[in-house]
Amino acid sequence: MHELSLCGAIMETVAGHADGRPVRSVNLTIGHFRQVVPDTLQFCWQARTAGTDFEGCELHVDHVPATVSCRQCGATTTLAHPILRCGSCQSIDVVLKSGEEFVIESFDLATGSTDPETAGTFEENP
Amino acid sequence: MGRFHRHADGTVHNHDEHGHDGHHHTRPRNRSGRDVGDHSGYETGTERIMVLEQILGENDRTAAANRTDLARRGIRTVNLMSSPGAGKTTLLTRTIPALAEEYRIGIVEGDIATSLDADQLSDLGAQVALVNTDAGFGGECHLDATMVRAGLGRLDLDALDLIIIENVGNLVCPAEFDVGQDARAMVYAITEGEEKPLKYPAMFRAVDVVVVNKIDLLPHLRFDLHAFRSSLDAVNPGVAVIEVCAETGAGLDLWLDWLRSVANASPGT
Repeated sequence: MHELSLCGAIMETVAGHADGRPVRSVNLTIGHFRQVVPDTLQFCWQARTAGTDFEGCELHVDHVPATVSCRQCGATTTLAHPILRCGSCQSIDVVLKSGEEFVIESFDLATGSTDPETAGTFEENP
Repeated sequence: MGRFHRHADGTVHNHDEHGHDGHHHTRPRNRSGRDVGDHSGYETGTERIMVLEQILGENDRTAAANRTDLARRGIRTVNLMSSPGAGKTTLLTRTIPALAEEYRIGIVEGDIATSLDADQLSDLGAQVALVNTDAGFGGECHLDATMVRAGLGRLDLDALDLIIIENVGNLVCPAEFDVGQDARAMVYAITEGEEKPLKYPAMFRAVDVVVVNKIDLLPHLRFDLHAFRSSLDAVNPGVAVIEVCAETGAGLDLWLDWLRSVANASPGT
């Protein structure tokens, strides 16, 4: 359940950037090699944010597949299993290209209403 | 949760499902710092703030501080991990007396609760700092860099050469947290089954050495050592493997030599 710790770390980092402004959603990139259970992460996010300034804030996760590039045949293939092997020629002489990402990319602020009913018009101005 | 789908350019995405309709991306891959985008489902506008920080960035900064502080004192540090019951503490009860004349050893002992392991180690000639992790939601399942820093603060660092951090017994979470160690070791007991490297690849990939414990049970188990080595090779090719029986001390010499190689290396390498 290190997802709870992760949620705490995410809140801390985002709060530092948000400067007290309300955050609508947080956008993460998580590679396939990271041991994060998506449902657990969402559950922990709900639990950890409840009663805080982040309550109701959504967590959006972009999952990145694990890919390797082969030094033998040059192919780049996606790993279905955590075995570092070229999917094309089966060589183990491969370099992990993606799958270890663990990044807070961005967050979205709610910036007030744009509803024309309340935004005011030229005619209403004195 | 999440739907993987492939785009025309060959990239694969997974969208979490929180009610966004259609196929617009809520997180465009631009780096402009601002996004006005398509927010047709929302009543209010949004402003996107780019962060681009590692999720564990704060932990990593504390780990780097630990590493620097320890290197400055010439102390070398090993992060010892395993599942519960694999034999970390038993291995340490053999290790501490065997190396006590060569190195002044400190132990940072991580456990969710109780001082049972710390008590066991404190009589053997090592300084022991206990870190109980049960302050969080029912107990953290790992040591992070801040917890280790607190533990280091309770050791007399000027009187130490080698610190072994006995992490919380867990094959998943400790692998994700850098605590400022110079090397990572894990204890794996053959009672755990030969497929474990494939089931817990992050842990088996993260370590510099795998101590295969309870090797004396080999005649009594349906355990295929060759199959285990193949699984391990698949996730961490070339990793050092040392077979021991911590209970009797069999095979311990190679483990002690590995520790010596870490302890004798130049600080900060």
